[in-house]
Amino acid sequence: MFEAQSSLVLHDEEFSSIASVIEKLLQESNSKAIFLVDKDGQLISSVGETGDLDTTSLASLTAGNIAATGGLAKLIGEKEFSILFHEGEKDNLHLSLIASRVILVVIFDNRSSLGLVRLRVKKWGEELERIFCTLEKKARQNSDSPKSFFAEITDEDIDNLFK
Amino acid sequence: MSFINYASREINLKIVYYGPGLCGKTTNLQYIYQRTAPDAKGKMISLATETERTLFFDFLPLSLGEIKGFKTRFHLYTVPGQVFYDASRKLILKGVDGVVFVADSQAERLDANVESLENLQDNLEEYGYKLEKLPYVIQYNKRDLPNVSSMDELSKLLNPRGVPEFSACAPKGEGVFDTLKAVAKQMLVNLKKSGH
Repeated sequence: MFEAQSSLVLHDEEFSSIASVIEKLLQESNSKAIFLVDKDGQLISSVGETGDLDTTSLASLTAGNIAATGGLAKLIGEKEFSILFHEGEKDNLHLSLIASRVILVVIFDNRSSLGLVRLRVKKWGEELERIFCTLEKKARQNSDSPKSFFAEITDEDIDNLFK
Repeated sequence: MSFINYASREINLKIVYYGPGLCGKTTNLQYIYQRTAPDAKGKMISLATETERTLFFDFLPLSLGEIKGFKTRFHLYTVPGQVFYDASRKLILKGVDGVVFVADSQAERLDANVESLENLQDNLEEYGYKLEKLPYVIQYNKRDLPNVSSMDELSKLLNPRGVPEFSACAPKGEGVFDTLKAVAKQMLVNLKKSGH
């Protein structure tokens, strides 16, 4: 039995602390680009050389990859595989699970190394884990707050989208 | 599970097209992809076998426009319909915000539809979701074929709760956008009710 998770809601404050953590990770690990992706395939944040990349597809395929590997883990009696590494001719992908909820994707080439990336991901991953745990706590506290932005959406707003 | 990003002012929602093998889930996405303006869609990804059967999923990101200054983005997924891909099918349902069940209207596929719908409910329950609680619509596809069951018969069998239902012929696009709009609308109404 899996547990149903609530919506992920991100405000400016958390968004900028996440962005600053992955920026530091990018510098310290000498990597090309870093993505933070929700386990359901939605891109949360990215830094580095992301210009030529189809980031939406990358996010969805990363989540598919992690989901498939998670399924394999369960088959052999593991809870999950928290780190995945894909080696290419020039570029490599390092995927790690943060707080069992988000996926940290690091793309790096020969300017860095797997060892360095693993070391830095461990350090900054813990920082990200803290941010996401706080976020979840906050979401739980706010879940029953009656006043909210989306409650103000009118039926007309929704209809207008489909005109 | 919706993702609301106040920093970039975006709402992201996930729609899954479910149904028996060869019912036309991928065709629905292909038609939507063909008929959507380039700036409103991303690349369509199909993880398929050499014979073009879906192996893991198809994925199509769509932007519908803004609502109260928030960009609404829909991520459309299909599942592999063939019975033996159940493990992969279950994975795609994780975090789903809305479901489209694509039924194959051909009389000989009646049992396959029922089996797939039961499988959908079982797989959702494993995640702690209930189909009755999710935005959900049904599409009766392949209405142009000669050997189809009547709409009444299909509806009685597959739609006892009377959720919105549409007849379709996906390659020609009939009913494709009506189905998508109906589920998307329910999802936004749901978001409004949940009140973030």
